[in-house]
Parts: sequence; C-alpha cells; structure tokens
Amino acid sequence: MTGEALPVAETGREPQGLEPGQDPQQQRPERPAEHGARRVLREILSGSALLSVLAVVVSLVIGAILIAVTNPAVIQASGYFFARPGDTVSAVLNAVGGAYGSLFRGGLIDFSAVGFWAGIQPLLRSLGFATPLIAAGLGIAIGFRAGLFNIGGQGQILIGGAVAGWIGFSLPLPGPLHLIAALVGGLLGGALWAAIPGVLKARTGAHEVIVTIMLNYIAFYLLDYFLNTPVLQAPGSNTPVSAPTAPDAVLPQLFGSPVNLGFPLVVLLVLAAAYLLDRSSLGFKLRAVGENASAARTAGIDVKRMTIAAMVISGVFVGFAGAYQVLGQTTSGFSTAFDAGIGFNAITVALLGRSKPWGVFWAGLLFGVFQNGGYTMQAANAVDLNVVSVVQSLIVLFIAAPPLVRAIFRLPAPKGARA
Amino acid sequence: MKLELRGITKRFGALTANDHIDLVVTPGEIHCLLGENGAGKSTLMNVLYGLYQADEGEILLDDEVQHFSGPGDAMRAGIGMVHQHFMLVPVFTVAENVMLGHESTKAGGRLDLDAARARVREISDRFGFDVDPDARIEDLPVGVQQRVEIIKALSRNAGVLVFDEPTAVLTPQETDELIGIMKQLRDSGTAIVFITHKLREVREVADRITVIRLGQVVGEAEPTASNAELASLMVGRAVELTVDKTPARPGADALVLDDVHVYDLNGVPVVDGVSLTVRAGEILAIAGVQGNGQTELTEAIFGLQPQVTGRIVLDGEELTGRTVRQVLDAGAGFVPEDRQHDGLVPEFTIAENLMLDRADGEPFVRLGALRLKDLAAFAQERLRRFDIRAQGIGTRVGRLSGGNQQKVVLARELSRELRLFVAAQPTRGLDVGSIEFVHEQIVATRDAGVPVIVVSTELDEVVALADRIAVMYRGRVVGVVPADTPRDVLGLMMAGEAPQAVAA
Amino acid sequence: MTTLETSTTGAVVGAAGPRRSWRVVWIYGVLTAIALVVLVGFARPGVARFGLATGSDFVQLPEVVLPGLATGIVVALVAIACTVAAVLLRRRDRHQPLWLPVVFAVALVVGLLTWATTGAGQSVPLPGLLGGSLALAVPLIFGALGGVISERVGVVNVAIEGQLLAGAFTGAVVASLTRSLIVGLVAAMVAGMLVSFVLAAFAIKYLVDQVIVGVVLNVLVLGLTNFLYTLVLVPASATLNSPPQFSPIAIPVLSAIPVLGPVLFRQTVIVYLMYLGVVAVTIGLFRTKWGLRLRAVGEHPQAADTVGISVGGTRFWNVSLAGAIAGLGGAYLTLASVPSFTRDVTSGAGFIALAAVIFGQWNPVKATLAALLFGFASNLQNVLGIVGSPVPPDFLLMLPYVVTIFAVAGLVGQVRGPAAAGRPYIKG
Repeated sequence: MTGEALPVAETGREPQGLEPGQDPQQQRPERPAEHGARRVLREILSGSALLSVLAVVVSLVIGAILIAVTNPAVIQASGYFFARPGDTVSAVLNAVGGAYGSLFRGGLIDFSAVGFWAGIQPLLRSLGFATPLIAAGLGIAIGFRAGLFNIGGQGQILIGGAVAGWIGFSLPLPGPLHLIAALVGGLLGGALWAAIPGVLKARTGAHEVIVTIMLNYIAFYLLDYFLNTPVLQAPGSNTPVSAPTAPDAVLPQLFGSPVNLGFPLVVLLVLAAAYLLDRSSLGFKLRAVGENASAARTAGIDVKRMTIAAMVISGVFVGFAGAYQVLGQTTSGFSTAFDAGIGFNAITVALLGRSKPWGVFWAGLLFGVFQNGGYTMQAANAVDLNVVSVVQSLIVLFIAAPPLVRAIFRLPAPKGARA
Repeated sequence: MKLELRGITKRFGALTANDHIDLVVTPGEIHCLLGENGAGKSTLMNVLYGLYQADEGEILLDDEVQHFSGPGDAMRAGIGMVHQHFMLVPVFTVAENVMLGHESTKAGGRLDLDAARARVREISDRFGFDVDPDARIEDLPVGVQQRVEIIKALSRNAGVLVFDEPTAVLTPQETDELIGIMKQLRDSGTAIVFITHKLREVREVADRITVIRLGQVVGEAEPTASNAELASLMVGRAVELTVDKTPARPGADALVLDDVHVYDLNGVPVVDGVSLTVRAGEILAIAGVQGNGQTELTEAIFGLQPQVTGRIVLDGEELTGRTVRQVLDAGAGFVPEDRQHDGLVPEFTIAENLMLDRADGEPFVRLGALRLKDLAAFAQERLRRFDIRAQGIGTRVGRLSGGNQQKVVLARELSRELRLFVAAQPTRGLDVGSIEFVHEQIVATRDAGVPVIVVSTELDEVVALADRIAVMYRGRVVGVVPADTPRDVLGLMMAGEAPQAVAA
Repeated sequence: MTTLETSTTGAVVGAAGPRRSWRVVWIYGVLTAIALVVLVGFARPGVARFGLATGSDFVQLPEVVLPGLATGIVVALVAIACTVAAVLLRRRDRHQPLWLPVVFAVALVVGLLTWATTGAGQSVPLPGLLGGSLALAVPLIFGALGGVISERVGVVNVAIEGQLLAGAFTGAVVASLTRSLIVGLVAAMVAGMLVSFVLAAFAIKYLVDQVIVGVVLNVLVLGLTNFLYTLVLVPASATLNSPPQFSPIAIPVLSAIPVLGPVLFRQTVIVYLMYLGVVAVTIGLFRTKWGLRLRAVGEHPQAADTVGISVGGTRFWNVSLAGAIAGLGGAYLTLASVPSFTRDVTSGAGFIALAAVIFGQWNPVKATLAALLFGFASNLQNVLGIVGSPVPPDFLLMLPYVVTIFAVAGLVGQVRGPAAAGRPYIKG
C-alpha cells in the first residue's frame, strides 16, 4: 500500500529542496513586517480555527440542500415554482429551519423548556454521545501523531466492550470494584486488539491500515460467535444478545442528571493525552517517530517499540469508548452493533480536532451534539439521521483541504505558502 | 543544434534563483556550467527542460524562440537531459524505459518492444555501450544506468544534451569513460551542457566555461584557467581550500574494526571484510565513490544495520550487536549522511531536535516527564555557540537553510562527552561559509582527543581534513594511506587499484 | 526538483533482483502443518458427499462420495508436496509459478470442505456452492480491478466500498426510472467515477492523504445513500427502486461442460463483462502503451514527468476509470443479484476487494483469484449452514480477513506494491 509513507493528519507537506540543500522557502527571507492590524487580520483569516468553522458552515449548507431537496413540501411547491416562487422559498426555509432547529433544540439547548436545567438537558445528553467519540478520537489522534493510521477503532471498541461487558455481568465483584474491574478490562481489551497490528507492523512491516481493517471484521465475527455461545449470550436466550450489565458495574449518573461518570473520566483522558503528547518523554519519542522515523531511529529511539506502544496506547483510549458503550449506554445487554459506528466517527473526530487533545475534545463534543440532535431531528422533522454522517464527513473533507475552503470564501493564502 | 538562453529569470517568492542569465551553446561544443551547490544551475536547467517556467527571458533553439510548457515540449524540440538522480523506472527494462513517453505501438495500442530493443541496440552499438535492452534497471550498476539515460535522450534525437552533475556517482574510471562519450557526442555535432562543481573535470572536458554564483553569471573562463581562478569565481572570494589545523597528536587505538561485514536484505555483502583502526585525536577520512559501502559501514558502527558480522570495539568495549541507544550511550556521536532524512525532524523545533538523542533520561527527562526549562536554556546556549541563524529556539528546523540545519545536528552531537565522532558527508550541499564552520568543529573535536571518522566523496574535503585516508571500493578498504598521498594515487585507489606502498 | 526520493545510493555493490526470502516457504509449512493436524489428526468418521449436477445439466453426473480420513490424508500429502516444491524453488532462487499456490489453495479448500461436511446429513451441492461463490466474488473482482488500476497509477484506493455502493444505488435508481438495464449500468459507472473524481481531486490537487480521503468518502457515500434510501427510495419504491433484472444467458457448448459450465457460462451480461475486464486490464497493464505509462506514473512519477507524461492527468483519469469499473461491480448487486437497492448493500465488499488487491499482489489475475477465494469462503458458510455442518459459520466468515492478515504480514518485503502509491506528486 503506502509503503512506509505514513499517513499523517496534517497534510500537504511542502516539498523540500530545489537544489540539494537549498529550498527557496528556507532561504526566502521572512515577509517584510506588515502593518499591525493587517497582520492580525491575515492571521485570523488564514488561521486553522477560522477554516475549521468555515468547513462546518459549508458542510451544514450542503446538508441543508439535501434536507430541502428531499422535503415533500419543497418538492410539491417547486412543481409550480415559476407561478409562485415564494412558496418554494418558504418551503425550503421551513424544511431547513425546522430540521436545524430540531438539531439545535435536541442537541444543545431547548429554549422552550421551563427553567435552566430543563433547557440544557439536551446538551447534557449530548455529552453522553460525545464521551465515547472523544475517547476513541483521542486514541486515533495519538496514533496519527505517531504516524500510524488506526482504522481499527470498531474492532477495538467491540473487543474492549465485550471484555468490559463480560466482567460487568459475570464476575461477582463488590460495589465500585466491579465497575473499576470492568473499565480496566475494557481498556485492556482494546489495547490487546490494537497491539496485534502494532506487533505485526513492528515485526513484519505489515501495513496497519490493512491489518486494522481486517481486524474489525474478525472482531465482529468473534463477538458474534461468543454472543451465540454461553460465554456472552444471556442465559436462556436464543438471540445473540448478552446479559444486562450488573448495576454495580454501570457508570453512575451524576447528581441525577443525564450525565454519567464517563464524561468526567473522558475529561481526565483528554488531560492525560495532552500530558502524554506535550510533556512526557514517551510522547516526545512517539511524535519523533511519527514525524521522521529514520531520524528518530538514528537518534537511538526504538522505532519498533514506539510503534507497538503507540498502538497499545491508542487501543487503551479506544477501549475506554468500548467499555463506556457497555457500561454507560447499552447496559441492558449488547449485540454486535453496540459500537454504533464510533470507530469510524472517531477518525473524523481526530481529523477535525487536528490530532490535538483539546481539539479532539471540542470536535467530539460537536459530533455528540450532532448525534443527539439528529435523533430529535429524525423524530420531529422526518429527516433521516444519516444526514448527520454526511455533514460530518463533509466537514472532514473540507478541513483536510484548506485551499478548497479558501477558494470557496476567497480568503488569502497563509504566510509562506507557495505562490 | 544551437542553444541560446536570453535573460532567464526565475524567482521563488522573494528568492531569485536565476537572475537574467545569458548562455550560448553551439553545436559541437561542450559548455561547462560551473557553480557551487545552490548557485542556481539546476534551476536553470529545469527551466530549459520545461520543468519550471521562467518569469522572464527566452529560450532559443537554432535562433527560434521556444515555449516549453513541460518536459515533453523541450524533448520534442530536441533537448535531452541526463539527470543527476536518474529518471528511470527501476522495475522496468532498459527498452521499456527508453520507449516510455514516445512508445511505438502495434495494432490496438500494444507496445512494439522489438522496435524499442532494436533502437537501444543501435544506439548502444554506435557508442560501444554494451547495454542489454531486456535487463531490468534495478539490476544494473549505476554507470550502466547512466548510459541508459544517455540512450534515452539520444533515442529522441536530442540536439542539445544536458548532463546534470553526472560524475557524482561514478568512479574516476567511469568518469573517464563518460568524458570519452561526451567528446564523441560533441564530435558528432551535439551541443553539450555539462553542469558540475568539480573543477578538475571542467578543465579536462570543457570547450567553454560559464560560472554562476547566487543565480547570476559571474564570468566566463578558458579551460586553461587554474583551479584557484575558477574557485574564486565560483565563491566570489579567494578560497582557502585547506583547513587550518595543526598536525595530529594521535593517542592510543580507540576504535577497532575487525573483519566487519554488512549484508543487505538480499544477503549480498555491501561491506566486505573491513578492518580499520582509529586512534584518539586523529581524523581518519574514508574516501571513495558514493555507494561503495561507506554509508553502510558507518551505519553498522551505530547499530543501524540489521546484518553485521565481525567485531566493532570502542576503547575495549564491544559495540557489535548493540542497539543504537547503547552505542550512543557508549559515547559515540554521529552526523548522518542525509541530515534531512536521518539527522533531523523537520517539523520539530530547534530545541526539540537538540534533545532528540536524549529523550530518555537526564538532563532533559526526569521520571518520564520533559524538563522544558532546562531544555530551553540548553538550546539557547547551543544556538549562540554554534551560530545557528534562526528567530529562536522555537523555530522549526525545516525552515532553516541547509547550513544552519547541519549546525543543529553538530550542536546536538557535539554536546555530549564523546569517545568517538563519525561525520558522514558533513558538508554536502552547504555554502562555503558553513563548510568552513563545520570543518573547524571537526578539527576542534579531534584536538580534544576524540577519534574522528569523516566519510566524504569529495576528494578536496578528504585531503583537507584527513590525518590518514582509507579508500573504499566495492565494500572493501583498498588501502590506508597518509594524508599527503597524491590525488592521482587516491583516484586509482577509488577505482579499486591497490596503492604501490600501503602505509599506515 | 521534487521531494520524492530516488534511490541512487548503495547500488554499486550488490545490485540484485527483488527480495526473496524464506517467509513464503514458512507460510506453506505452517499451513501444511495445520492441515495435517486438523484434517488427519482430527479427522471425523464418515463420508462427505458432493452433488455435481444441477437438474438442467446436459450431462448428469453422479454424486461423489469422499471418505473423511482418506481425503484428509491425500490433501495433506498434496500440501506436503507443494511445500517441498516451494522449498526446492526457493533453494534455486527461482520465482514461484502461479500454479503452485493455486494447487495448494485448491487442495486445502477441498480438504477443509470435506472435513467440515463429513458426517453431515446432506450432500454438498457443488455447482450451487461454486455458483454462489462466483456471485459473491463478482463485485469483489470488479472492485479489485479498480483497486489494481488505481494503486498501480499511484493512488491508494480505500474508497472502493464507496464506489461500489454509489454504483449499486445509482444503477438501481436509474434503471428503475428508465426501465433500461444498459442505461442503469452506464449510470452505475458514472456514479463510481464521480466518487473517484472526489478522491482524485482531493488526493492529486489538494494533496490530502489518500487513505483519509478514501475512509471519509466511504462514510459519505454510505450516509448519503442511506439518507436518500430512507427519504426518497422507500416512499416511492415502485418507481425508484424496482429495476429490471439481468437474466442469465447460456453460452452454447461452453455452458454444457459438466460442473463448471453452468457455473461460469450461464451468467448475466455483467459477469461476461467481468471476464472481459480481467483479460483487458491484464493485457492493458502489461502489454500496452496505456499500461506502460500508468505503471511508470505509479512507480516513478518524476521519470514519467521528465519524458512528457502528465502525472496528474494520468492519475486523474485512471483513478476515474477505476471508479467506473468498481461502479459496475455495484450494479451487479442491484441489477443482477437482487433487483433492488437496500441499505449498505455492499456491506464491506469494498474492503474485501482491497484485501484481494494486496493479496493478489497488484496483479489483476492474482487479485481475481484472491477475490474468488474470498467469495468461496463467504459462500461456504451459507452452504454449510444448509447442509448442517458443525463448524461455526463465524469462523468461516472470518477466514478471508485472517488469510489477508497472514498474507500482508508474510509477504511484505517479498512483494512490492507500486513504489509511489500513496504519495502525492509535487512538481518542483
């Protein structure tokens, strides 16, 4: 496949070397100092934060178009568009406004509700959807930073969740210990499943993209097998569904709100990831390997060990998402679908967050809001939930191609970019 | 075919790589384009070849103005190029490479390989090349690959042939053969542009010489001009080709290599039984044409090669079979041949690059956590001492010039207590000022009593730095000779001939 | 000039051919050992029965009865012989001929099939098994052909899944609207191509990592088709999702060959197109100007550029072609297998096709064989379920993926993909 050229989230590496050792960029003197205010403006306009916002806007607009053209009222009104164009316009506004209104009301804040707490209930519920996205997104992001493309989120969630679930309903442990054991089991399950591609890459050079994709399927069928045997299947059941998680092992709700313990834990994970990447020796080595493996190796860093370490750490974070699903979301017994597509959505979360821990946090929060609001939108406006995944993938595409967004909005190119 | 360039100007942002360059090459002449690395020679040729579009100026062939929007246009107009890095598809055969881009086909778009083979044989016979049209490129030695490049250009009836640094990868013998070929082509009426920075070759082959510096033509010279004259034209001032250094005061044997073999992934020996000794406080220069095992030998010392046999001993401590980490911890410093690829992480800051080889423990790591303040203080000090020109320690290394990048590597490698220092191609691609700085640092390291190995393919550098010279050819050491060994003897050794008297 | 590395160093000494090692031989050995243990050591009593004929056959063949243990022994012996052959070839530094792994795989498959059905109640309908395998393999083969072309030209194609799905959706809708199968097929190709356009534009123009674009495109196409299916197709399924269906055409004489005849030559137009496609892509890649240029761009884009071949253009149009081919595979799902589109009808076929590309070493014929093997493994599970075999179906379904991991881990270094695949080409 891609040989040793590692996929890295940040794209568009600049070419080096015009003649050996001489890059026009490197030798180009810095741009003469611009007028203060203009410089600030340029930095805002060319900065990545603005581009991220614009990417979201463009994607929402495209989503709006999809909603409008599939809306029965719009289709009906467009039949006599030339007679009364106003009808079509208002139908479009109704359809899009209604749908995005529901998205907002269901995912963020419900202004029609009475009182502050009732009003922010949707947001609190969205945190529940965001929690596993953030955790898995962090895992994928750490992989990216180490130059590894972990597409195996799905498999790691399934294995991690299955281990957590098995501990959650079959081990007779007392109180909080049960929850802790189940959580740790989930982390280890994810780590184990992620270690396979790590070891294979370090030992044989097998490309992790292929191996993780294959392991997703293997995990799925493995889980399906165990859900059809007494190991995971609920006693006395014929369907491939597990027993419910024991009350001890369920993540407790906080202060009677829809938020459970998972969210504070994931905030801790964000802090841990930030510390790991920016402040720790291990993180430094992971990043060095990710940016330039041969220089890292020449400087005495064990690239193979770092490859395995990166995958294992990535799997721990993703495994948390699996454990959360089973201990926090699907606590009444899980099937093979409890991953809920988080494995793949986490990739988009990591990309949107530019592989930085707090970036991933906000990206996961946004997608959590989309997810939760999407359900309200589907129920209230008959807009299929899948429009959310369309919008999400569009966001990532636009984020990945800054020149495209700049072209759409006619923004200036950033400093130092090629003419 | 007559080639004329008029006022060619090419800018990259604020950098002017070519500044109103004029050049005339007439049929039947070899015109040398001489200049330092980075002077703008390759840019000029890429403009000529249609890879870049000139911002100003025009290209004329037989007095007609040409417009090239790509290499295809240039080729059709009769310009051929022998690239520095061969433009050959390694998994294709000679015939396939030669026909690529102007394939002759049979019905249905099928390739007419017979026609291509015949064309290869015909050109090959005409110049006595002895190239098998069905050989795969990756199986051929470099010298033969270069001939395939020439055949490729000639098969398109090139009237102007550009050789871009063609001798960098050749032995002196192969270089002589290439020069013969160039003269043969010249006599058959081809206009030849020969790009190089090697003075000797210029004087041997050139009919006319144009010198470029900082993107401008700074003068023309006769082939009879002396080395010193040409060199001062090239760099704009009188150049001290020798390094200021006192005679070495070598101590005890420090690094001992005993019958070292290195095998590549196919099990083929690339270093074939090398035994060498380096004493404390001396510089042993390893000379040789690129690709004769020098790279692999240095990598073997540092544990970077997977299959090594024999013994590598530093101050009585066995280094064979150690990991890179262990070798570095034993007190070895290494300037790798390709600094962008192996020496630096371009996306990292200067400070981060300075701690790259000490990411595990003191002084920059305690209990697994980075000590960023200590690192910053250290980096500031290094920045000053090694005169690294950058905005600050937070500047990304990828944004520095080649010379400053190399200074970062040196600043890192020379900041530990060293018991061995190995510098591979330490000045490749650097400007003269940086070269002097790097040479001074290497000599200072020697004077501090450290055993030093310098690997260089540039004979000038070898002669300037070495206390003793080992010459490698095909994975073996042909001989170890004193620093004052005549160049022609060294040249013969680089072609594999043992010296008359092997001294140590 | 450009960033792409050209290897000119270290070539003087030890110029040698492609890397060969003992790893492949080890794979033979390990698989043979497993076969020996399972097929002979854990042989089950009884016989396995295979039905060879279908009711409409020209020649009615009797049922074949294979004794479990004896078959296991024979298969193990064949496997040992293949391993020995592999060892000998490796010793002499010779390339392995294609027949060796094929014989090896067929022997193991026969052994596995016999072992799994020994003692089962019913006989295994072999033509049904093979026919079903081919049916499952057709979209994989189209996808794999698209993947081979795309990767050979230097663009990693993870978006095969999206291309198949887009083709399946569009083919069904357009054929329903126009009531024309041919128009439906063309529309499916166009849809696959559009997905490719996006991949190509982002990968070639905006230099976005190709794997990322591929992954995201799959999510995008899945979301889009699901969305449109729910909101548009379901409410109006009579007009939008009831395409006509291709009916099989028997080729005279060839379709009368026992067992294989009906399997291979009583098929729909799309399958015949697939046969043509495999042959055309194979000849095209290795014997024509198109293929030479395509491979040059994938191996060494600078070299292609310097002889006047447009790298961007070659990549763009061939990636588009690859999408069109994959689109045909999608159309097979909704115009030949079942005449309607359902949610996620491809269900991961694109990823198996990707595996077939790699397992098939970027060679169209080998990738086709790999896709057939994967199709067989998927279908085996259906058949064994019907026959009443004791082997859990999940493990058979896992097989293609496990095999691919083995192949990727075992063959790395022995097999080289296109050198420049996955890397954007940035012109000086």
